[in-house]
Amino acid sequence: MARIVVDPITRIEGHLRIEAEVDGGRIVRAYSSCTMWRGVERILIGRDPRDAWAFAQRICGVCTTVHAYASIRAVEDALGIDVPPLAQAFRNLMIATQNVHDHVMHFYHLHALDWVNVPNALKADPKQTADLAHAISDWPNSSEAYFRDVQSKLKKFVESGQLGIFDNAYWDHPAYKLPPEADLLAVAHYLEALDWQRRVIRILTFLGGKDPHPNFLVGGVPLSVNLASPSVVNAEVLSMIKTHIDELKTFVEKVYIPDLLAIAGFYKEWAQWGAGVGNYLAYGELPDGKTNQVDRLYLPRGAILGRDLRTVHDVDPKDPEQVQESVAHSYYRYGRGDDVLLHPFEGETEPHYTGPKPPYEYLNVESKYSWLKAPRWRGHSMEVGPLARMLVAYAKGKPYVKAKVDYVLQKLDAPLTALFSTLGRTAARAIEAWVMAEYLPQVYDRIISLIRMGDTTTFNALKWDPETWPREAKGFGYMEAPRGALGHWVTIRDGKIAHYQCVVPSTWNGGPRDAAGQPGPYEAALEGTPIQNPEAPLELLRTVHSFDPCMACAAHIYDAQGREIVRVRVQ
Amino acid sequence: MGDGIQTLHTWERSGLLDDAWSRREFLKFCGRMAVLLGLSDAFIPRIARALETAIQNRRPSIVWLEFQDCAGNTESFTRADSPSVAQAVLEAVSLDYHETLMAAAGHRAEEARHKALEAHRGQVIVVVEGSIPTKDDGIYCTIGGKTALQIIREVEPYALVFVAVGTCAAFGGLPKANPNPTGAVGVEDVVRTKPVINLPGCPANPDVLMGLLVHYLVFNRLPDLDAQRRPLFAFGKRIHDTCERRPHFDAGQFALAFDDYGARQGYCLYKLGCKGPETYNICASLRWNMQASWPVKAGHPCIGCSERDFWDRFTPFYERLPEVRAFGVEQRADRLGGTLVGVTAVGVLAHALYTWAVRRAERKAEELAKKEGEAKPNPPEG
Repeated sequence: MARIVVDPITRIEGHLRIEAEVDGGRIVRAYSSCTMWRGVERILIGRDPRDAWAFAQRICGVCTTVHAYASIRAVEDALGIDVPPLAQAFRNLMIATQNVHDHVMHFYHLHALDWVNVPNALKADPKQTADLAHAISDWPNSSEAYFRDVQSKLKKFVESGQLGIFDNAYWDHPAYKLPPEADLLAVAHYLEALDWQRRVIRILTFLGGKDPHPNFLVGGVPLSVNLASPSVVNAEVLSMIKTHIDELKTFVEKVYIPDLLAIAGFYKEWAQWGAGVGNYLAYGELPDGKTNQVDRLYLPRGAILGRDLRTVHDVDPKDPEQVQESVAHSYYRYGRGDDVLLHPFEGETEPHYTGPKPPYEYLNVESKYSWLKAPRWRGHSMEVGPLARMLVAYAKGKPYVKAKVDYVLQKLDAPLTALFSTLGRTAARAIEAWVMAEYLPQVYDRIISLIRMGDTTTFNALKWDPETWPREAKGFGYMEAPRGALGHWVTIRDGKIAHYQCVVPSTWNGGPRDAAGQPGPYEAALEGTPIQNPEAPLELLRTVHSFDPCMACAAHIYDAQGREIVRVRVQ
Repeated sequence: MGDGIQTLHTWERSGLLDDAWSRREFLKFCGRMAVLLGLSDAFIPRIARALETAIQNRRPSIVWLEFQDCAGNTESFTRADSPSVAQAVLEAVSLDYHETLMAAAGHRAEEARHKALEAHRGQVIVVVEGSIPTKDDGIYCTIGGKTALQIIREVEPYALVFVAVGTCAAFGGLPKANPNPTGAVGVEDVVRTKPVINLPGCPANPDVLMGLLVHYLVFNRLPDLDAQRRPLFAFGKRIHDTCERRPHFDAGQFALAFDDYGARQGYCLYKLGCKGPETYNICASLRWNMQASWPVKAGHPCIGCSERDFWDRFTPFYERLPEVRAFGVEQRADRLGGTLVGVTAVGVLAHALYTWAVRRAERKAEELAKKEGEAKPNPPEG
């Protein structure tokens, strides 16, 4: 039995460490540990609830926007604020844009290098690369001369001897299986995607002022629409947004999806590994009506247990019996003992580091070993993310999801059960980007038609003034972040935040074991993953990256109304 | 749809592909950098020569460390306008360690860091993103089993300079906000033997980081800084003095609520809580994301995200600035201005002037490219 440690897990957001026991060429047990913590929720206590989105947003700069939305929705839910239809449409436009942007960057810049061998692209024949490109797509950047130029650029870079971000990776690993031509195609698209993303993200800049970290507003959106003003959102801005939507959609259809299919075709054995817990949770996203009209979510809400797609369970995040958290293996301490599970509205935490003194070699995995809590839904360890969303939508028969899932499976000649895997998770992300890319022109048209009808209100001022608020109010805000179901639970008292808690996608996926010893989804998915060479655990990276970890999001403190604040000061 | 495809065709021809095109774009980039750094057009050839020399020789090594961060500055870096991150990383610098972007993981990643440090002893540009926790021996952030503090100590002897990118690395930022649960501090509070440059902002503007690198490559020294170690070329002016909505402030025209008549006319956001009068940054002239917009233009008050302790000093965000009398803002705002228009006219035109200067520098660069081209046979038109 060998024990391998990968820390830092790179090409993710944040600080993740995996320790795994390998026996007979396979991982038999894995431990997922988040190694950074800031205490954002504690910082939120006593603040103006209308400011909370800005603090919460900084939980993550990769899926920037998502915590802002969850926060705003939680505050609006608590105070009973409805947002105007045009504001809801602008929000949906931004959510879908951010989702596609994030998925494309994950595929090309964070995940691709697990499958694509960069130095191997130097061996490619540019003519054959062009043939391959033509065979899978009519994307225009596909001439032999184009690939020859990319290759010579790469050659010059490699010959400089300064490999920078490509240095010291597992390039000699036999698990890399693409022919050099596919490697070259993917390297070209790595660079194209890097350029594409900085243009299409401008949709968020036009509407939010900058990206990362655009601006939002409780009660609507901060922008105003006035076709007669050069200073606010007008026809010019709207037409630039449309240009970027087209560019975004074209890239997904002509580059991302064809590349996913081409690369997956060489790695079909990865449909048998990495399944994990087999339970899936989605809060749903893109409200067509009011924020909390659950039956009008474009991507539906629901839970699937034990890979049984025949039954989608109803989910109520406010029900104290449903979403709960354990700290048995987390660096926190519950007043009522570490074996209880607590709902976020009652969340109670005291940081309690019992790990080894740095610098250290190994974690003490029998005890506490992560800054993440272990969230559970009705006691089950649940996977969240694009796969969960696509499965829930598929099981609920949403035709715009079902058609695309079926198309991808048919192209890969794979059964539906292939989705329960590392490969399935990566494919589901691409499918979702495709669904979102087709949704974007629809929501854009809705924006235009609302403006045409003269419905240009973007802000509901009725409850802006704290004088209009009840003495105490509680609210829940959902959000389907690119990485999965995100929830914020807020309690407002006397105009200030009294209690705040986030349960975050990468906490669901990357959390440690609970009091009953049930592993989290990363840990479960890694079990059974083959490891050819424990010195170069490329396969481990493939499965972990298929979840798209985001650790800054995941590590939190949960305030317990005063008592813990005092304790923390004492420390 | 046509426009998007057109843009992509344009890209196909830029950067990576056509030498003559590359050369022209490169010189235009040098022109834009000259404007950003406040230099005259005469510096364009000098910037170009210095960059070429740097590129032909060993590219400077960058080790990018992430601590209590959200990767927002990394994301911002990937959105740089000119040079793009691909151009910068492939041609201008060697990004030898960057957890979010690097291919290697675990021990191999740490090995890459050690290799880069040894190979460039005393010359490494260390970029830091995120704050550093100091409470409880720094257990709130560990990488490879070492605390952020231990990693800083390890890297410090090899560094040429520390660049604290983003408000968290510069001043402690969000983790340091009251009650600062982890004892978070900025880089300047822990680095003792090497210079520190602060590029605050939440996130920092990527083109300012690129400007800083170019400045170093061209002049082989660090730019002039203010008392808070911020480069004057980017942090020398207040948002308020460069804001396109400033004429409305001077004319006493304010938005009083979001989406009211004033908001729809693009009036001044001061009364909705704008922190522009106390914030030093280049947003209004340089803008964001390839000049698409910036926060005030998009309708939200400036939250002052590049200022020290803004999470505590500038909140609640939607209240008018506290202690404004020091700046005389409140008085002017309530009494209706007008008299100060002359003083602020330059500031009001900041983005326009900036754009004009950039265009002029680009024209100059194109002339240079043309002259150079005449000395060589013409490449075929693509």
